[in-house]
This record gives sequence, C-alpha cells and structure tokens, in this order.
Amino acid sequence: MSDHITEIVVFTFLFLLVSVMGFVAAKWRRPTDMAHLDEWGLGGRSFGGWITWFLVGGDLYTAYTFVAVPALIFGAGAAGFFAVPYTVVIYPLFFLILIRLWSVSHRHGFVTPADFVRTRFDSPLLALLIAITGIVATMPYIALQLVGIEAVLKTMGVTGDSALARHAPIIVAFAILAAYTYQSGLRAPALIAFVKDTLIYIVIIVAVLYLPYKLGGWGTIFDDASAKFQASPAPGDGLTLNANNQIQYITLALGSALALFLYPHSITGVLASKNRNVIKRNMSALPAYSFLLGLIALLGYMAISAGVKPLPGNTAGSVDNNTVVPLLFDQQFPAWFAGVAFAAIGIGALVPAAIMSIAAANLFTRNIYKEYIRKDATHAQEAGVAKIASLVVKVGAVAFILFLDPQFSIDLQLVGGVLILQTAPAVAIGLYTRWLHRGGLIAGWAGGMALGMWMLYSIPNPATKRAHFGGSAFPLEKFGFDTPKTIYVGFVAVALNLLIAVLVTLVLRAMKTPEGFDGTEPDDYFADEGDPRLEKARTTPETLASST
Amino acid sequence: MSAPRSDRSPWNWLLVIPIVLPLVTPLYNFDSPRLWGFPAFYWLQFSFIFVGVITTSIVYQMTKRPPVTPAAPAEQSTKPAETTDE
Repeated sequence: MSDHITEIVVFTFLFLLVSVMGFVAAKWRRPTDMAHLDEWGLGGRSFGGWITWFLVGGDLYTAYTFVAVPALIFGAGAAGFFAVPYTVVIYPLFFLILIRLWSVSHRHGFVTPADFVRTRFDSPLLALLIAITGIVATMPYIALQLVGIEAVLKTMGVTGDSALARHAPIIVAFAILAAYTYQSGLRAPALIAFVKDTLIYIVIIVAVLYLPYKLGGWGTIFDDASAKFQASPAPGDGLTLNANNQIQYITLALGSALALFLYPHSITGVLASKNRNVIKRNMSALPAYSFLLGLIALLGYMAISAGVKPLPGNTAGSVDNNTVVPLLFDQQFPAWFAGVAFAAIGIGALVPAAIMSIAAANLFTRNIYKEYIRKDATHAQEAGVAKIASLVVKVGAVAFILFLDPQFSIDLQLVGGVLILQTAPAVAIGLYTRWLHRGGLIAGWAGGMALGMWMLYSIPNPATKRAHFGGSAFPLEKFGFDTPKTIYVGFVAVALNLLIAVLVTLVLRAMKTPEGFDGTEPDDYFADEGDPRLEKARTTPETLASST
Repeated sequence: MSAPRSDRSPWNWLLVIPIVLPLVTPLYNFDSPRLWGFPAFYWLQFSFIFVGVITTSIVYQMTKRPPVTPAAPAEQSTKPAETTDE
C-alpha cells in the first residue's frame, strides 16, 4: 500500500471535496419547499441546458462504463466497441420519443414512467409491473457502480484479507453518498456532476494525447492489439467484427440504446429539465460524451500495448479485467495524476448511483406507496417516503457487493437490461398511440420476461466455466437455425413481447373487453414550459372516469 | 382545441440517418484505410458521432419553438401562463 500513498491522498481529498458539495447542494438554487417530491426527486423540474448536460451525461456514462467498456475491448476487441454506435443511436431516439414523455409529465405532474402508464392506460396493475421492473433493473446497476470503485481501490492496494476489511472503504463511501442524497435529493448529483465530468474530460484528454506518444503512436497500439488477438485461441476477438458476431453487435447496440432510455434514472434526468428546447438542444451536445466514451474504450488497446496484466479475480485462477484501466493509469501516469484519474472514476460512480437510487425511490413512492399503501399521501409525505426509500435502495446495493460475487452483479445487470426493455411497448409506444390494449401489454410483458429469462439462463460462459447467465449473446442454433451467429437476448424478447401485445389486443378488442379511460389528451404530448399544469389529474383519477 | 399543436415535421426524418447508419456493420467493418493509425472500423464510427450531432442540430434549429410560449389553446387558465412552479 505504501507505494500508493500519493494516489490515496489525492483520491481521498477529491472524494471529500465532492461530499461537502453534496451536502451544500440542498441550498443550491434555493428550493421554495424541499418537502415536495418535485423538489427532492426532480430538482424542482428547473434545470437549464448546462446542468442538464452535466447531469444526464454524468448519469448515462457511469463509472462502470468507464471501467467495463475498455475491459471488454481489452478482452475481445471490436465487439466491445458497440458502446459507440449504441450512444450515437440513443440521442435521436431521446429527441423524438422522450420529449413527449417530458411534455405529458410536465402537464400531469408525473414523476416516473409508471405514473404515465397508470394514467394513459388506466391500469394500476400495468403501472405496478412497470415500477417493479424499473426498481429490480436499477438495483444491480447501482451495485455495479460499486464494482467500478472497487476496481480503483484494488489497484491502489486498498484491500484487506477479510471480507469486511476489503469492503470497508466502499461502505464508508456509500454511507456518505446516502446521507447527502437523503439531504439534497437530485440537486446533489447535479452539482457533483460538474466536478466528475470535468475530471473525466481532463483525464481522458491527457490519456489519449500522452499515452499514444509514450507507446509509439496509434498505429503501433492497434498493431499490438491485433497481434494479441491473432495469437489468442478465442474465435470471437479481433480488431474488426467477424461473420458471426455482427448481428449481435447491431442488436446489442440498438437494444442497449432502447433499454437505456427506459431506465428510470435516464428518465429522471430528462424530466428534471425545464423545457423542451433544453432537451432538444442537449441531444446535439450530449454526443460529446459518446466521443469521450469511444476514446475511453480504446484505453483497452493501450493497456494491451503497454503490457498490462489484470489483477487476479475473486476466485482462484480468474483475472479481473475491470482492473486494466486503473492499472494502465497506475503504470503510465505520475502518482498524483493517477490519483486524479482514480478520483474521476470513483466520483463517476457516485453521480449515477445517486440518480439511480432517487429514480428507484420515486418509483416506490409514487407507484407502490401512494397507489397501494397510502392513497391520500401529501406532497410532504411523498418526499419523506422517497428519502427513506433511497436509503433502503443503497443498503440493498451494498448488500449485493458484500454478500455476492461481483460477477453476479454483472450478470444481474445483464438481466436488468433485458428486463427494462420489456417496458418499451407500454412506455415508448404508449407515448404515440393507445392502440395496444392494457391487457395485451401485460401479457406481452409476461411473455417477453419469460423468454428473456430462459434465453439468458441457457447461455453458458466458457471463459468462467459457468453453465448459465454467461452473457447476452444468444446462439441462433438453439432456435434451430444452422448457424454459429449470435443475437442479443433483449432484442428477441422485446420482439416477442410486442407480438403478444398485438395479438392479445386484437383478441381483447374482439371480445369488447373494457379498455379503461385515457387520462391524457393529444395536446398534452406537446405541452411546454409555461403551460398550465394539472396537478390534480393523477391524485383523483376517479373524478376523471370510472369506466371499469 | 382551436389550433392543435404538433411535433410533426418533415425534418424529423433526418434523424433516421444517425439511427440507421451506425447499425449497418458492412459499411464500416474494415481495417483499411487507416487514418492516423486508426483502422476504418474505429474512425468511421467516431465520424458517425458527428453525423449524429449535425443531424440533431439541424432538426433542432428547424423545429424549435419561439422562446415565448403562446397561451395554451386548451384549458384556458385564469392564472398567468408564465411562472408555473407553484
């Protein structure tokens, strides 16, 4: 540990600095009344262009992304670069689809996507399914942020022999995070995101200028990587894709993009902005992060070129590829700058973890507590419950890390992406049309879930010698096709989901099953800042209709 | 509703480009030509980011609303339409 003293001091200093910022954030932009879910959970729905850029950027590009994407590139090459097309495709989708969710939420005071589904389809059951899906999918995502911090701590040598000693720094970090999220709500990650993103940009710009210079230029880096892949026996790796993993690459990029904009934390970030123009303008500014992510991905090749050997994993004989980027920084940078880089990754974990726990807390409060436990909850009670729920969510995430193999949370995150995709027909298509019947959506959700789980269960991972949940690339030969090609599980599952939803809709409509009352009007989907808001619409849906 | 609002615009079709282009792997799955040492697979996908920026910027400029929102056509409120934060 003594070799890393400078790194640890710089890391700790920056970490404490943002912790203070987190607590001060409660006073930032002076909320009129913090005892309201709009204030705690959505920052008052008031964020302008710059804050939204930092917040959503800090939210979508997580510490785990910064650690895991280069780790994938390090291990498999081109297939890991899917993160770039994925983050190119997502912004036009946000631009076209999520903007309507912002408008209808602004008009009706929705805080979560399940709120929207509740009013649009008049189905508390469908809303509950959407809310539970969101919470379950978000939990392992939060846990993964801890994996990001852990990779950094491991590299700095902050590890112990017992499980408790190994995890103590993470528990302390998360306790601080939990305290200031409780105190300041969404304002805390919004303010910290400024520091996090500034640090990340500085570190990466230095890395992509300095490291190629040290390693002999980009051409050499790519050639070294190519030589490694040619020497390795694995069939799927290489500097470009091969004939068998192209469908996987495409469907994974598209499926991940669709999943990302359905995740509760992305929706929370978007709903917190103050008008439509802020969102639209940001969709042409946020790709700056995609460029950054592409460069970060290439750190994986630099690690190959620099001869980085990943640290051992938790089980004997395995290696933890997630440590390659921290190790690369540790080897190539002076100690103080490596400390800054580690702090960037560590703080990078806090911003999304805070937003995710707020999003999960909002879902619990609005769609479980208020719907089923206390229908007449006041705004102050809602805010109070959400604050407690955010604590519970974080304790759950820490428990993931303490009691489960980190590999398990990576698997669960994989499952989470497939789960959240199953809300696409209700949330995304629901923003355009109410043609799908609520019964069809529920049936489709169930069908998509079942198929997705079965497919994930049946994928083995030869590298880690496990028979199930070994990845998201499903071999098409299991469907009876005579081909070694693979496809992304979520994509197939959501296709079945949609098919079932359409078929069941046709059946239910033929049987004249009641469709419920649509609490939204066409004009709601274009509402903007300054339009009158209908706060009461959701609290008393009975006054609007009693159709079923 | 006298003058229904809409977010329909022919300009939105421009956004099909950044959604489809990055997903057509046969277009860019090559090593050469290299640019500053980058294989085509990488620099072409980096260039798609700029395609995304340019197209969304154009569509934003062409579809953005005037900064002052006109009073909502439906649900005429007695409250002034400016400050909505209660």
